[in-house]
Amino acid sequence: MIERAIPLFYLAAAVSFILALKWLSAVPTARRGVLVGIAGMALAVGGTLLRPEIVSYRWIAVAFVAGTVIGVPMAMMPMTAVPQRTALSHAFGALAAALVGTAEFYLRAPRIDRFTMGALAVEVLLGFLTFTASLMAFGKLQEILPARPITYRNQNVLNLSILGAAAGAGAYLVARPDAAWLFPVLAVLSLLFGVMLIVPIGGADMPTVISLLNSYAGLAAAAMGFVLDNKLLIVAGALDGSSGLILSVIMCRAMNRSFTNVLFGAFGQVQEGAGTAGERRTVRSATAEEAAGILQAASRVIVVPGYGMAVAQAQHKVRELYDALTKADIEVKFAIHPVAGRMPGHMNVLLAEADIPYDRLVEMEDVNSDFPQADVALVLGANDVTNPAARHDRSSPIYGMPILDVDRARTVLVVKRSMSPGFAGIENELYHLDRTLMVFGDAKAVVGSIVRELSGGGGH
Amino acid sequence: MSPELEQGLYVFVLATFVGFEVIRRVSPLLHTPLMSLTNAISAIAVVGSIVVAGEQKTTLSTVLGTAAVACSMINIVGGYLITYRMLRMFRKSGKGTP
Repeated sequence: MIERAIPLFYLAAAVSFILALKWLSAVPTARRGVLVGIAGMALAVGGTLLRPEIVSYRWIAVAFVAGTVIGVPMAMMPMTAVPQRTALSHAFGALAAALVGTAEFYLRAPRIDRFTMGALAVEVLLGFLTFTASLMAFGKLQEILPARPITYRNQNVLNLSILGAAAGAGAYLVARPDAAWLFPVLAVLSLLFGVMLIVPIGGADMPTVISLLNSYAGLAAAAMGFVLDNKLLIVAGALDGSSGLILSVIMCRAMNRSFTNVLFGAFGQVQEGAGTAGERRTVRSATAEEAAGILQAASRVIVVPGYGMAVAQAQHKVRELYDALTKADIEVKFAIHPVAGRMPGHMNVLLAEADIPYDRLVEMEDVNSDFPQADVALVLGANDVTNPAARHDRSSPIYGMPILDVDRARTVLVVKRSMSPGFAGIENELYHLDRTLMVFGDAKAVVGSIVRELSGGGGH
Repeated sequence: MSPELEQGLYVFVLATFVGFEVIRRVSPLLHTPLMSLTNAISAIAVVGSIVVAGEQKTTLSTVLGTAAVACSMINIVGGYLITYRMLRMFRKSGKGTP
């Protein structure tokens, strides 16, 4: 009797997911969004467990326990590891879709209609390719694999041939579902394409690629919805698919690049002769003590965090700096570039983790008008997103990319390990401006000494 | 076109539009929690996985289904938990003491 109510469970779950995303739009309602999302998932799982086709709960229970045992530690990772964690969870999500697709194929073939087979082929193709692609992204982010893009001749031709062959195998299966031998071929080609897709992707492109994989994992779930004729899966998959797509479009725009350029352009190779290479230009450097003095004399400071801050785990020291400056009545803001870090919003969660109030974190469009009034712009581990060449140097590979107008501040302090170029492989002309002072060293150590100077000189 | 395909496509297209409209409004501040939340939501694949694991039709399908349930469960538990953890970190100035 109750099983006739299952569609209502699913409908309620679909509504909950939409509300969850709606409430996530702003901080005050966001936690409510998560709770309603959990309620939606509980309804979906509860409803499914009531289905009459389920004859045994044993393996389901085992899998629930196993998933929880792995899932909880994955939720406890530090915020610096969130990009890796996200890549890994895309891999799990996509693998689930691919495995169900595989099981469905062998349960139904060869009596499988064309439409179901088509959806199944899409599910398996997207599922397996997203699985290996996400694992590769994880490897690069975790630095198990080299983060630099790896390219070779005819790479794009080879990759597209693999994808074409996989799509061809899928299409043939739609026409001839009895050709079951082709199914493993489809699976292996999809797995292979996922690996090949990420080989030429560099660290700076990870925000876009992670977003795209997010979208694919969603679309794989939606395809499963078509196979099983389950509208809840279609809705949830479509929501996830559109979310990933929106994020990747935002990331692409923030780098002034197209999808094809991100996927096939191998951004971030060291480019010979680009920008101002060859010219020896002077830089002025300063010590942490001098930097502290400049900060103390300021009344408006804008901090520009980048991936380097995450690598150095400097966010808690940055919080101490924020406290010291705020105590001295100095206004401190944080300028967040959309692609700073390795995934969308990466800097925001890092700074929030360090207890920096979120109303101090300002997005690029809103903060750029503040730089001309700022006394000091403090650049911590950001590079390409501050390069003024993006505004005026047509020969620069980053020309046209929206940047933070750091160079318009009265004084620019750049904390950096060395003069090595950023991910675009080009020199940053910001470092050669008269108003720029370089403070060489590890971000965490430098900020730490600045804080010591400030509190020592503050007379507490 | 079969009626179920037609309905499915309608649902898919409309849900995509709803997704675009809702997600466009999410503040860039929350893009990381957005991604971890959509990740948990796309673990809705658990619905299909549970059926495959529970109907026990063949050994292969049970094994694949069980693995799929475990993978989905990792994302459900991990995804919601980390999203909640992240959101708890966001506080306004002057509010709450660390």
